[in-house]
Amino acid sequence: MSEESTYYVPEQSKYPIAAATGFGLMAYGAATWVIDSSNPYILILGTLVMAVVMCMWWNTVITENMQGLANAQLKHSYVLGMLWFIFSEVMFFAAFFGALFYLRVIVNSWLGGDAAIGIFDDTPTDAAVANNAILWPGYEAQWPVMETPDQAANGDAAIFKGPDQAMSFPGWANIFSWLPLWNTAVLLTSSFTVHIAHTGLKNNNRKQFVTWLGITVALGLIFLVLQAEEYIEAYQHMGLTLDSGIYGTTFFMLTGFHGAHVTLGTIMLMVAFFRSLKGHFTHDDQFGFESAAWYWHFVDVVWVGLFLFVYVLD
Amino acid sequence: MAHGPATLADGWKAYISRWVFTTNHKDIGTLYLWFSFAMFILGGAFAMIIRAELFQPGMQLIKPEFFNQMTTMHGLVMVFGAIMPAFVGLANWMIPLMIGAPDMALPRMNNLSFWILPFAFAILTSTLFMEGGGPNFGWTFYAPLSTTYAPESVNFFIFAIHIMGASSIMGSINIIATVMNMRAPGMTYMKMPLFVWTWVITAFLLVAVMPVLAGAVTMMLMDINFGTSFFNAAGGGDPVLFQHVFWFFGHPEVYIIILPAFGVVSQIIPTFSRKPLFGYSSMVYATAAIAFLSFVVWAHHMFTVGMPIAGELYFMYATMLIAVPTGVKVFNWITTMYKGSLTFETPMLFSIAFVILFTFGGFTGLMLSIAAADMQYHDTYFVVAHFHYVMVAGAVFSGTAAIYYWLPKWCGKMYNETMGQVQFWVAFIGFNIAFMPQHFLGLAGMPRRYADYGLQFADWNMVSSVGAFIYGGAQIMLLINVILTIRNGKPVADEKVWEGAEGLEWTVATPAPYHTFEKPPEVK
Repeated sequence: MSEESTYYVPEQSKYPIAAATGFGLMAYGAATWVIDSSNPYILILGTLVMAVVMCMWWNTVITENMQGLANAQLKHSYVLGMLWFIFSEVMFFAAFFGALFYLRVIVNSWLGGDAAIGIFDDTPTDAAVANNAILWPGYEAQWPVMETPDQAANGDAAIFKGPDQAMSFPGWANIFSWLPLWNTAVLLTSSFTVHIAHTGLKNNNRKQFVTWLGITVALGLIFLVLQAEEYIEAYQHMGLTLDSGIYGTTFFMLTGFHGAHVTLGTIMLMVAFFRSLKGHFTHDDQFGFESAAWYWHFVDVVWVGLFLFVYVLD
Repeated sequence: MAHGPATLADGWKAYISRWVFTTNHKDIGTLYLWFSFAMFILGGAFAMIIRAELFQPGMQLIKPEFFNQMTTMHGLVMVFGAIMPAFVGLANWMIPLMIGAPDMALPRMNNLSFWILPFAFAILTSTLFMEGGGPNFGWTFYAPLSTTYAPESVNFFIFAIHIMGASSIMGSINIIATVMNMRAPGMTYMKMPLFVWTWVITAFLLVAVMPVLAGAVTMMLMDINFGTSFFNAAGGGDPVLFQHVFWFFGHPEVYIIILPAFGVVSQIIPTFSRKPLFGYSSMVYATAAIAFLSFVVWAHHMFTVGMPIAGELYFMYATMLIAVPTGVKVFNWITTMYKGSLTFETPMLFSIAFVILFTFGGFTGLMLSIAAADMQYHDTYFVVAHFHYVMVAGAVFSGTAAIYYWLPKWCGKMYNETMGQVQFWVAFIGFNIAFMPQHFLGLAGMPRRYADYGLQFADWNMVSSVGAFIYGGAQIMLLINVILTIRNGKPVADEKVWEGAEGLEWTVATPAPYHTFEKPPEVK
């Protein structure tokens, strides 16, 4: 830390308390809304407050940066903040991936009366056998779970019914009509295009930077449209819904949270794109863009995991 | 603000906006500390209701439904509202002073992290007044009690947990960025005071596991409202999945609570022993080892759910392994005192009590880690006694020690030593009367979280309740002592409040000025 540039500590700020208020309203409103779906108003109010405050807050940060208030040390604080935030996001997805593995590998076998993992012993425990025989007679371990334990035991009286069709690999003959493959191609390509944009910025090639950043945003939007199409397909033609047993549960929760993060990443890239049109970012001052790019690579890596464990591996 | 922070003399408006809009790490630390004390009193009031009802067998004061809400809210408020924010408050106050930084790395986000908490706890506490009552499923909120059979207010609980988690994650990121980026020149990692070390490791744990807790409550939310079947075997899920996800968060969480306490004690014991901390680097490595192990032992909370024998054995041995780095720490604290010129001011008394009682709680933890024996101990008062020895005599005692230790630096006035020592003995004796008998109750088979009990448990329950009221009274003494100190304590001018104290925080003026280290100090 050099003495001529001191660390910028704003004296006071009204944004945090406004953000906390918005956040509190969002939490209270969301709970109100899930209990009484005719009352989304507190949630909407909270979300609006939050959105406005975030815009103003980041606008201030950008302005401060343009005024040169942010020295190298402060910029490094932002970098650390973003990287550790991405790490926390990784752990959020880890919870859902962990749940998926546990449900697929262990719970599914137990419900079917089998041994979970045959490393130590292939014979199922008495508990697993009894569980299957008494509670879920007729259920056989399977993935995707097309017939739930509830259906196996209770037939048409079941509350949880499996899907008619799963979203998994449809065989080589139908591979080109398989949306997830196209989504993978789109998202992987976008990771490359954002990298090309980054290289352009580092080499002071603004045209390359702006063009490829714009292409990345477009690819992000295409991904979201394709995913919406996939969901419509699932709900209308495949009987695959959020409540169709554990397959629908894990499928929609994992891909849904990923989609939400792609949306966030696309918004971040879009902001960076409009800023780039206004001439923001230089080869040595590009945190706003770089953090969006890191985030984009992160959602891309999550997708690779999803593609393998949710779609491909049966 | 050239004239310094607004005081009451500047008028109410200026004074309130100072606290609401502040970006100053000392102000925010103070806010955290007062908030956590308020929550400590609230959670303590819940505990008093529990102990009053358990004073005698049979139902005297409240209904069992309300009793369940009290046990749940007591745990939630104490863990998330009292202990965690208390240590974040200490971190805010002390980390910049200890590493020679002008403030926290991200001052505005620091304010946001704090001000989320009052909203979160307002939402959580308001559930008590809702139809069907507040959360009644225990602070560990196991499914399906917290999903299929939960009151409607569980939705408010879920979102309150969500925003508390966001607050913790932001606070932790701030601490990590501060420690990694704001150290004064020459302040290398292995020169950092141990409190800073334990906190940065704690912050890492928080960033890693709070999102997992968010995942757990999200799964609950979906199961309750949107027809998913994460925790429902009928659809192919498993209620035990909840326990795995919860304890993957929950076990690191108990180290999140105790590691900063280790840090505080590691500052205080050398000061009053007038010797440097014994085995500094082994303390750092032991802390890191405990943090690492905390990720791989979670299912020792679940020995009775029917895991395969291989799982039971693995989690048993891995858990026992934690005793090794913990033993290193206890050894080092004792060795620091060995042949030191000790004095026994209030912070030191609390720290020594910490070492003794925490070790005791650690040993009962070792008993619980034996899977075969845990079949007997599980969900009895033995467990309650165990974790109160580590949470209260561990975290709360060390937090109290920290208040006495740093209060003169914060406000430039000395607390009343006699009153402090009296408070210590009342707290120490009250605590042991309250919780020691719970070991006997648990070993005799009294289950936890029950509103009523068999007659054979009556005597020790009465003793335990008396102790709990004594311990509760000790907290009022602490509050009075702190207020009296701030209002008319004897002024201290010496930068080094304690004779044996070492570190950058003792080089700034007393009371600590509003802004410190605007120019970084040189650390040799």
